[in-house]
Amino acid sequence: MKTDESSHTERREEVCPGKKGKLGLETARAKIAETKGPEFWRSLEELAGSEEFQEMLHREFPKGASEWLDAVSRRGFLKLMGASLALAGMTGCTKQPLEPIVPYVKQPEEVIPGRPMFYATTMTLGGYGSPLLVESHLGRPTKIEGNKEHPASLGGTDIFSQASILGLYDPDRSQTIAYLGDVYSWASFLQALRVPLSVQKTLQGAGIRVLTQTSSSPTLADQFRQFQKMFPAAKWHVYEPVNRDNALAGAQMAYGQPVETQYKLENADVILSLDADFLYAGFPGFTRYTHDFAMRRNPDGNMNRLYAVECTPTSTGAKADHRLPLRAVEIERFASALASAVGVNLGGALPSGETWEFFNALVTDLTTHHGSSVVIVGDHQTPVVHALAHAMNQALGNVGRTVVYTDPVDANPINQTESLKDLVTEMHAGQVDMLFILGGNPAYDAPADFGFADALKKTKIALRVHLGLYQNETADLCQWHVNEAHYLEAWGDARAYDGTVSIVQPLIAPLYSGKSCHEFMALLLGQADASGYDLVRAYWQRQRADADFEMWWRRALHDGWIAGTAFAPKPVALKTTNLSPPAGADSGGIEINFRQDPSIWDGQFSNNGWLQELPKPMTKITWDNPVLVGPKMADRLGLKTEDVIDLELRGKKVSAPVWVQAGHPDNSVTVFLGYGRRRAGRAGTGIGFDMYPLRTGAMPWFITGLKIAKTGGTYKLASTQGYQTMDTPEGARALVRTASLNEYREEPGFARAGQPAAEETLYPPLEGFDYKSKPYAWGMAIDMNACTGCNNCILACQSENNIPVVGKEQCVKGRHMHWIRVDAYYQGDRDNPKAYFQPVPCMQCENAPCEVVCPVGATVHSSEGLNDMVYNRCVGTRYCSNNCPYKVRRFNFLRFQDWETPQLKMMRNPDVTVRSRGVMEKCTYCVQRINQHRIDAEREDSKIADGDLQTACQQSCPANAIVFGNINDPDSRVSKLKAHSRNYGLLADLNTRPRTTYLAEVRNLNPELQEKSEPR
Amino acid sequence: MAQIFHRSTNTISRATIFGSVLIVAALFWAGDEIQRSPYVTYAGVVRPQPVPFSHQHHVAGLGIDCRYCHTSVETSKFAGIPPTKTCMNCHSQIWTNAALLEPVRESFRSNKSLLWTRVNDLPDFVYFDHSIHINKGVGCNTCHGPVDRMPLMYNDASLQMEWCLNCHRAPEKNLRPRDQVFNMRYEQPSSYKPLELDGKVFIDQDSLGLYLIKQYKLRTEHDITSCSTCHR
Repeated sequence: MKTDESSHTERREEVCPGKKGKLGLETARAKIAETKGPEFWRSLEELAGSEEFQEMLHREFPKGASEWLDAVSRRGFLKLMGASLALAGMTGCTKQPLEPIVPYVKQPEEVIPGRPMFYATTMTLGGYGSPLLVESHLGRPTKIEGNKEHPASLGGTDIFSQASILGLYDPDRSQTIAYLGDVYSWASFLQALRVPLSVQKTLQGAGIRVLTQTSSSPTLADQFRQFQKMFPAAKWHVYEPVNRDNALAGAQMAYGQPVETQYKLENADVILSLDADFLYAGFPGFTRYTHDFAMRRNPDGNMNRLYAVECTPTSTGAKADHRLPLRAVEIERFASALASAVGVNLGGALPSGETWEFFNALVTDLTTHHGSSVVIVGDHQTPVVHALAHAMNQALGNVGRTVVYTDPVDANPINQTESLKDLVTEMHAGQVDMLFILGGNPAYDAPADFGFADALKKTKIALRVHLGLYQNETADLCQWHVNEAHYLEAWGDARAYDGTVSIVQPLIAPLYSGKSCHEFMALLLGQADASGYDLVRAYWQRQRADADFEMWWRRALHDGWIAGTAFAPKPVALKTTNLSPPAGADSGGIEINFRQDPSIWDGQFSNNGWLQELPKPMTKITWDNPVLVGPKMADRLGLKTEDVIDLELRGKKVSAPVWVQAGHPDNSVTVFLGYGRRRAGRAGTGIGFDMYPLRTGAMPWFITGLKIAKTGGTYKLASTQGYQTMDTPEGARALVRTASLNEYREEPGFARAGQPAAEETLYPPLEGFDYKSKPYAWGMAIDMNACTGCNNCILACQSENNIPVVGKEQCVKGRHMHWIRVDAYYQGDRDNPKAYFQPVPCMQCENAPCEVVCPVGATVHSSEGLNDMVYNRCVGTRYCSNNCPYKVRRFNFLRFQDWETPQLKMMRNPDVTVRSRGVMEKCTYCVQRINQHRIDAEREDSKIADGDLQTACQQSCPANAIVFGNINDPDSRVSKLKAHSRNYGLLADLNTRPRTTYLAEVRNLNPELQEKSEPR
Repeated sequence: MAQIFHRSTNTISRATIFGSVLIVAALFWAGDEIQRSPYVTYAGVVRPQPVPFSHQHHVAGLGIDCRYCHTSVETSKFAGIPPTKTCMNCHSQIWTNAALLEPVRESFRSNKSLLWTRVNDLPDFVYFDHSIHINKGVGCNTCHGPVDRMPLMYNDASLQMEWCLNCHRAPEKNLRPRDQVFNMRYEQPSSYKPLELDGKVFIDQDSLGLYLIKQYKLRTEHDITSCSTCHR
């Protein structure tokens, strides 16, 4: 009896290693060490094999997702039942309402109703422009794409530009001019401004202060030059909480001038990132860098190697071949030691006695790749680290090869923190009579010790004007608020990271008659009625006095950029590096890191539901900003995920929940900015925790001396990590397959080893589904080597396919609707795990398990191999999703889509059905695009050319990780990738024959380090 | 003791049993008929329009081609409703004072669109494309009916899915040469009126249809009855 029982338990453990309930981390780690192949986990709960995780694994949706938990009275229940019985089967008997049809009065040239038009424009974030191509249906912009021909985009975009379309149609945007909260007209605003401005004229503008965000606009810079001429004593201040002060100071320190650093990653064999998240949106040049980085990740070519030394785990660290978690304060010492080791004369002795894991191997790797290595520093590292990196890049011969210096992109490269500090001082000194805040939200996001909001409240500035997209915290403290025009509504110009100027071209007339920054500046210059178009055009006309301007202008608008405006490389000479070696860091104190939120940035995207609901790359948390704590520290302090703690820093206190994040260094925590907004809109107000009160102007990015105290409370976080977890049956091959470059070279077919061949089946092929004879059979290949987990595909899909936002409560229940998810898998040591990203759309199985269980035939196979989803047939039994091993189906538990708000109606893609409650939905490989392209090709009696037809996720991917196409064409890119030795299908053992397959990840491990880092 | 039930109850019970079956069947039949009737489909029902535009007059009377107004029918999914400007091309010259045309002139003056009522209205989950049907040889009047004989516009067909599928399952029954697509008086070939195409003579629709399927490279029945052809 006894032996039976124990063998039974043993067997159960084999199947689900976690079914042991109270399995400790130690045992789990021992378990991992025992197993031969790599074992991957998605969350620490999974690693520990907790009960909750096992339950999640076996459920179709997480617990509670399928239940109606709100209180319903008996009477209400009976009413609902009665109604649904009466209506059962009657749904088909609706009579169509009469619909109006509204033609143009005079149809504009080139407009063909039913066919979208595309216009080039540019979105700016932190002053840097991202070149875009925007799809417009009869004058309504609906979808953002990258500008394929622009060198800074090459077709890719980032999450912020993808989501900006929702920003445009956000019903909570400021819609009027307001004075003390009441609605006023533009004319009355002009009236109010007239006298004070003329008084200021006599004072040379001594009382005028203008506070803007970072801007690279040549037109705005020119307007400010004119402004300074008119008001010589007026001042232009710049502040953004996520600024590049440190990078600027580092350049000053190294070169004595504020140069911009550009990287040529296509030439880099060895890349070292010092706390730089250059593979994530927001890093200047992200799109291009990701493209170049991914291009060099080809294990069959000249594959690069990435070392990451970082504090907060980022997607760049996850992609690194070797990652060293280091507290942010220690990075300076690491950089000094490294600089001196690669031959930079630091002019002083180094603190000795410290060794780092891969230091020596890294030094060898860098020095042997003279001229083809690069050191990249994150904007939040100290100026010294930036200067050291410049010196290292010089010493390694990288300048001119992998690193290029140019003029700054920023039109006013000043220290922004200092600039804001000066402004506050002047406000207190009573020197400010008129303050114009053009964009931004300093009352919320200024460093706490400056007391900007207090100064705005208490000092008696006679005229405070805020121009902004939202009536936010700052607008509350200003008398006048002017509603700003969104970039998709206004004319302007901006520079990309390489200096290339793009014209910002509006796609739609301002929805609420908003004013752009240019129009507002023109008002101060006495041109109250100037239109943005005239201002931008006039500026460029002055620059191009001789040429045929009209043609040139049209060309610039059409292409989306002005040829020949990229900055030329600037020769720079290193000043004597008198970088005194840093003092030993305070190793006892707990360090706190402030980071911009990966999704909502500094808080400016707070009210954007798409970004709020976008799972953050490493934690997969939505709608919140917990404190990231490393596992070691959590164990030591007895902290668990979702425990609420008090963070105390120099007398300021903030409470927030904990998230235990694998790979976070000990003695250090990370908090994210941008949450806890007091006035953002219906999506953003009151969500998360405001961390700005802890932030100081002197040390805005990290500081030691934090005190942590457990409050005893808990707080529910909505993380999608762990939801939609695929179960791997006994004997099935791993979902993530990976090898080192050497292993790959020895055994190129490692990913396929043991995989059953597609022909090995007892079942005859389905009748009538002979894909080989069709002109098209659609398939997708996703290169995990290229994917950097930037989340772009999720938002591109959301925008293209009218996917709703569900909110935090629903996310907790696992009811989020993203059709493509990016799974993050961890491997190995929880203190420094390797991490892998795997985007998972619908697999479009040839033997689809979902199809056979649908009682109403709402999901069926198309002749080209698509797993069609017919929304109008779906009755919501959810059998399909229950039977889907990949968990890619999403169910509309409630009516998540907003059917009333008129603005949001304008945003929708007219080619995709807007789904209602009770309907299952999922990825269809963008069948609307397939159909349109097929029809267009057939009309011309041709075939769809490979590469012409792209799915939304593929199109926006800066890394080109997603390739979609016709697998019946042996020359198509997707066919070639599917024939590659690294190609494998997820859970292919189940004989689902997935059309979406993956290319296994290969890591270019340093052979010197390989043995150490892979103990198994 | 007398019987509880009189013999006549047998008949009553029989009548009740068969009668109820009959009534249920009749209900189903009635429901079916209503669902297909013009009450639901609006087939043959004239809808209110701001201007009583007569296709009969403009098409049959004046011989204006469909594409003069429905400009995007060959290139877009949407055939296009003419802008007011198209009306005014002629009506700024003729019938300039007609009271009936006042809404048109008013629209042109005030730059406000005319609000027509959609006549051939498919449900919103159906994605129909005009251009590909035109390209494959489906005539306008195959779906829209004898537009040139409609003084006021109505939809001729039910526009229900079974009606779409009738053709998608057997397209040969309706195809015609591309140059006849816009011919509103086109007649299918018969032995009385044979049709000559590419040097071949066709005397019945089936042989012409099958020829055109090959000629115009129609996708197979399986292809064009896949759900995602129309629903997405």
